[in-house]
Amino acid sequence: MGVGIEVINLNAWYGTNHTLQDINLNIPANHATALIGPSGCGKSTFVRCINRMHETNPIARATGIVRIGDLDIYKDAKPVQIRRRVGMVFQRPNPFPTMSIYDNVAAGLKLNGYSNRRSLDEIVERSLKNSALWDEVKDDLKKKSGASLSGGQQQRLCIARALAVDPEVLLMDEPASALDPVSTSKIEDLIFQLKSQYTIVIVTHNMQQAARVAEKTGFFLNGRMVEFDSTHKIFTNPSDKRTEDYITGRFG
Amino acid sequence: MSSDAFQFRSRMRSFTDRLVTALAILATLIVIAPLVAIFVYLLYMGTSSLNLDFFIKTPVPVGETGGGMANAILGSGILLGVASVIGVPIGIGAGIFLAEFGRGGKLALAIRFTADVLNGVPSIVMGLAAYALIVAPKIPFLPFTGHFSAFSGGVALGFMMIPTVCRTTEEMLLMVPHAVREAALGLGVPNWRSVLSITVKTASPGIITGCMLAFARVAGETAPLIFTVLGNQFWSTNLNQPIAALPLQIYVYAMSPYDDWHRLAWAGSLVLIVLIVLAVSLVRYVTSRGVLKGAS
Repeated sequence: MGVGIEVINLNAWYGTNHTLQDINLNIPANHATALIGPSGCGKSTFVRCINRMHETNPIARATGIVRIGDLDIYKDAKPVQIRRRVGMVFQRPNPFPTMSIYDNVAAGLKLNGYSNRRSLDEIVERSLKNSALWDEVKDDLKKKSGASLSGGQQQRLCIARALAVDPEVLLMDEPASALDPVSTSKIEDLIFQLKSQYTIVIVTHNMQQAARVAEKTGFFLNGRMVEFDSTHKIFTNPSDKRTEDYITGRFG
Repeated sequence: MSSDAFQFRSRMRSFTDRLVTALAILATLIVIAPLVAIFVYLLYMGTSSLNLDFFIKTPVPVGETGGGMANAILGSGILLGVASVIGVPIGIGAGIFLAEFGRGGKLALAIRFTADVLNGVPSIVMGLAAYALIVAPKIPFLPFTGHFSAFSGGVALGFMMIPTVCRTTEEMLLMVPHAVREAALGLGVPNWRSVLSITVKTASPGIITGCMLAFARVAGETAPLIFTVLGNQFWSTNLNQPIAALPLQIYVYAMSPYDDWHRLAWAGSLVLIVLIVLAVSLVRYVTSRGVLKGAS
């Protein structure tokens, strides 16, 4: 089951560049939350702070409190433990090119030392079914490489890979921006189904997409969060002038 | 623009296209020509002296006919085995450090510089260095030292492999997309595990090529062996004793005044080249099987 995320006074830097400034918000459990805003506004940095991927860059650092459920991730846990609870799907599909479809899905478990083959088979099947890819690949699980799939299939493979380690939160950083419209709509359907089991945070440049999949939407601008509210309110009656300008296409 | 001018330009463009293609093909032919010439000449000179004896007999004294280089073939195999055991792990390990852990650090800079210098050291100097360091002096507690031995030759060849293996490993690892590393880290895989199981595995076709290049290069080296393994007319598989090696045997036979030995030298050269090609092909075949094909 998903858990809520509480962010208090989060600040982040790349070198001397202050990319996130005093972010405060509560992301509800088992819902999809969309983050919108122009390029470079800090929304990707924000999601990367939630699974501590931000600090894999040597010049990056972050301060503040991020609680996932009861866990204060910057105080009580190691990055590796958090990333097992917070799955991530990236902008470009990035399956492991040397691995079969099966091994791609099982990678997170295998590389963390899990090796019970029977339950591994079950987990791989369940994850691929959850990512709506099972029917397309079930006959070549071990025969085909993950890189041999189409772009949209690769992205669903990456989602299956993230689901296989049984996370509570799923972060998606523009998961459909490199895909065609058909694949995009498949990913959106998937988000719809997955949010009953996981807390989903999705960064998107596509405002219709945010409106379609998310209950809550946050608008970021220049490293600050301008507004965070129900998606309906953000798109029909935003409280902040800048939000209104952005969603009506006056800038960005 | 008038239609005539347009047609003229279009014709010029396709002419340039064909010209450049022809030049590229010409350059390729010039590159391949010496290789083909050497191989054909070797076949021509070598096959006439090749027979079963060559592969199963040891050299005979001057004046007697027949004999072979079985001991030298085996000796070369042993030397290259020792060299690979030393050169491949150290080279790959250093390459991994340069690409994954030492990035931008002073230590990495020093290692990279050293590897490049080592790569440029003439092979005769590598032989002399091995002689001065482990053949002439007996090093306490280190076996095989203090006299000519197969081991010391393997060490000299192994150290010659290190820079090539190290630098190709580094370059191949740096070519692995950042997205692939992020995918592994995003799954909660520890960094060391991600490097070994994902990055190195993804780069493995290139790393293997680097190892094979280094292997093929040292397989024909003669100079480093002169001061280390010395050569041997008899069967020996002892790492502690002087041993025969194909390049060394070829060198000695080719420099001799006897026609019979000259023929054997030609045959030896042919066998050496064929064995290198076989070894490289075998490794490529074995490593290209399985699901990993999509990788390269």
